[in-house]
Amino acid sequence: MSELELWLLFLAVGLGTFALRLSFIQFHGQLRLPPVLNRALAYVPASVLAALVLPSVVYPTADAELTLANPRILAALVAALLAWKTKNILYTLLGGMAVLWLLQSLG
Amino acid sequence: MQYTTGKDAFYAGVRALLPAAPGVIPFGLVTGVTAIEQGLSPLTTIGMTVLFFAGAAQMAALQLLRNDAFPLVILVTALVINLRFLMYSASMAPHFASLPKRWTWPMSYVLSDQAYVLSILKFSAGKAPLYGHYFFAGAAFSMWLTWQLAVMAGVFLGAEIPPSWSLDFAIPLVFLALLVPSVRNRACLVAACVGGVVAVLAAGMAYNLGLLVASFCGISAGLLVEHYQCRRPGRAGHSESEKTDSRKSEDTAP
Repeated sequence: MSELELWLLFLAVGLGTFALRLSFIQFHGQLRLPPVLNRALAYVPASVLAALVLPSVVYPTADAELTLANPRILAALVAALLAWKTKNILYTLLGGMAVLWLLQSLG
Repeated sequence: MQYTTGKDAFYAGVRALLPAAPGVIPFGLVTGVTAIEQGLSPLTTIGMTVLFFAGAAQMAALQLLRNDAFPLVILVTALVINLRFLMYSASMAPHFASLPKRWTWPMSYVLSDQAYVLSILKFSAGKAPLYGHYFFAGAAFSMWLTWQLAVMAGVFLGAEIPPSWSLDFAIPLVFLALLVPSVRNRACLVAACVGGVVAVLAAGMAYNLGLLVASFCGISAGLLVEHYQCRRPGRAGHSESEKTDSRKSEDTAP
């Protein structure tokens, strides 16, 4: 993509995101989502985040194979446990990276 | 605590944001580093960060750019990731109802996960009736500044970090740290499992539509479980309490 196309794309995402953020604040009392969409929104974070996490853990590179020998899987499991117990992004990040580095230095 | 002036409330918002900063800074650094490794110029990266002001969407967009996805796929994926802002907007709207545009427009731009969570806790406890928007502005603008500076630091550190550190793994780890607390009940758990598994299966899908397809499957699975739980009479009480939990953020919706 050319530099200009990149900027246009980023501008479009920026405007769309701003519209999402402004939506109900601007049209308070006038804007209503259909009930099913309203309920669907509750599942957006869990679905999207899981869809972002899982492929990048099990496929570290684009041409990698799905294998349990991949140290990122164990590191991610430890990180998930830390996220659950501590609810802290920094501890999750440090714990996960530490396990990955350890496994990589052993392997 | 009642704030006697707007300035008090603003600084209280800034102070409330500080404990969230250690989680945001590594995410921002990684985003900056990734963008530079991606071949984006420092200026384009900063422009992207200012225009998006949404870390998860920005990371996903960078990943798609690396895979040469179509611009339209990148746009739709980023906006689907940002759909959660609709929820936040609905939840904040009653508290901003009487404010003029010179307040609501800038405050909408800086609406983030962190600023939303901190402020809605204050608002729903009735703790900031008079200067609530100053509290929000303090938290949200300091979040904005923290994010921009963290990405910028990543941009200038970018070339210095050796690949053997596997710093790219920090991205799924940050998402994981956000994912775990978002799984608040069984329907969310099913949504996450379906979304994750479909994303793995669809990783090689044409046009990089994997993330979008997986998200829609996950969301539909969550809705199905919710629907099924409501209809099972034996579990009515149980599922009712779970439902209230999953909709907490919508209680204040118009």
